[in-house]
Amino acid sequence: MRLLASLVVFLCLLPAAAGAQWLPGQATEAVREGLEIGTSTSEIAITSDFHGADLTIFGALSNTDQLLLAIGQYDVVVVLEGPREDATVRRKERVFGIWVNTRSMTFETVPHSYSMSSSRMIDDVTTPLELTDQGIGIDHIPLTPVGFVGDGSNLGEFRQAFRRLQQLGGLYERDPSGVRFVSSNLFKASLRLPANIPNGVHTVRAYLFKSGIFVTEKSLPLRVIKTGIEQMITDAAHEQPILYGCFSVLLAVITGWGASLIFRKD
Amino acid sequence: MTIYLPIAELSVNIFIILGMGAAVGFLSGMFGVGGGFLITPLLIFYNIPPVVAVATGANQVVASSISGAITHFRRGTLDVKLGTVLLVGGLSGATLGIWIFSLLRAIGQLDLFISLLYVVFLGTVGGLMLLESVNAMRRAARNEPPAPRKPGHQHWVHRLPLKVRFKKSKIYLSVIPIVALGFSIGILTSIMGVGGGFIMVPAMIYLLRIPTNVVVGTSLFQIIFVTAYTTIVQAATNFSVDIVLAFILMVAGVIGAQYGVRVGQRLRGEQLRALLGLLVLAVGLRLAIALVVTPVDVYSVVMGAGY
Repeated sequence: MRLLASLVVFLCLLPAAAGAQWLPGQATEAVREGLEIGTSTSEIAITSDFHGADLTIFGALSNTDQLLLAIGQYDVVVVLEGPREDATVRRKERVFGIWVNTRSMTFETVPHSYSMSSSRMIDDVTTPLELTDQGIGIDHIPLTPVGFVGDGSNLGEFRQAFRRLQQLGGLYERDPSGVRFVSSNLFKASLRLPANIPNGVHTVRAYLFKSGIFVTEKSLPLRVIKTGIEQMITDAAHEQPILYGCFSVLLAVITGWGASLIFRKD
Repeated sequence: MTIYLPIAELSVNIFIILGMGAAVGFLSGMFGVGGGFLITPLLIFYNIPPVVAVATGANQVVASSISGAITHFRRGTLDVKLGTVLLVGGLSGATLGIWIFSLLRAIGQLDLFISLLYVVFLGTVGGLMLLESVNAMRRAARNEPPAPRKPGHQHWVHRLPLKVRFKKSKIYLSVIPIVALGFSIGILTSIMGVGGGFIMVPAMIYLLRIPTNVVVGTSLFQIIFVTAYTTIVQAATNFSVDIVLAFILMVAGVIGAQYGVRVGQRLRGEQLRALLGLLVLAVGLRLAIALVVTPVDVYSVVMGAGY
């Protein structure tokens, strides 16, 4: 529908534009486009029966060129980036008939999860160079190896394996039709929260492109907090590990002792 | 019905875990073993990360050993002094074991090492058990008396210094081999998540010549403390004890054990040992196959710093 409408508008304006020798994009040199985004909440509490969900983000463009907007020259990419951590990729090889982890590579501070939505296929939005510059997209997240990696000949395969495994595990996702314009300046983006979403401070980032050129970006923090009994157990195991261990043993003692009392043959 | 395991970080079918616990409990009651050496591989087959399977297995063994130890204590077939000497070795062995465990985890060889240890131990113990019980069954069929033990043979173990008198066991024995045995079992407890009874009992009978009546109770006594210690240290260093998983296994296990004991009393000793030997070999074989078969993906990813 939107495409059809924009096509009609484009065709109507075409003769006028051609007559005035006016080129799209010229008029906007002076004023930069603005981008605002908002989420309904800055904190997401995830219950124990969580099986993944969608997060909706609203955004508005300002100072846009009406013509470019009409012909769909503005593109929005929205990303939900998980907390950053080091990631180690290992590769198995057959050694004396047994599969052994032989080589490994650790990448510095990569997002634990990465969910991306865009108004079209990311590769159609802009050039790969621009994506790499901004680090946008699963294939363009910078993966910097830690330490000495030799001649770096296997860097490519480890990077590729990391991206593939993260997508396979549902932690890295992309939706090329997740961003929709609800009116000419307003857009709505839906992002997928995977079932195994990590705890912590995530970042919502929105990027604006005009005719394939990066214009601006906005980011918002989003806290993801897991709740419920399972999360209480996880927190206890990490924050009070010794107490947690003692409690596990106590539970075992009670279970074992209790059983010997219940089933005691008198 | 699925249940989320907070430490293993995956959802499992609660009935499969209950069934696993009950089956292993049944077998442990039937054969008089702790069951850790069956629980841990079964959990690994069910895709529980080996790190979690080992630590949780140790926790489960605490529960399954305690009721047995209480029974032996009441009957007076538990040598606390001997158990304490074993325990000294056991606790130091477990400490070294945890250190090795963390090191292997850091270099990414833990899963392989656990599998290899299981293949070696299950293969050896299962094979020996089967061989011995088949021989016993043959002898019984031919109405031969059991092979006599070499009497009066002066074992090298009995020539070691630092001898101590253990009144309850009625033996006079050096503490060195006892501590050494406890030490090696302690290492296995923390790396494999087993109590180690399946190695300790034969070693105490054949190597240390400790009277059979106190062996099981005393080994259970030391197993409780070493597995309890391992559970706490695993929780503190690797954060890998899954209390939800452990609890389901424990409850199913202690109930299954009660029925296993009843069935076990009706079967003959050598048949029982042959069955257990076959089972142990089967589990070992399954692990060995997993090591050799080409994996679905040769790459794996671990997030987070430190390992």
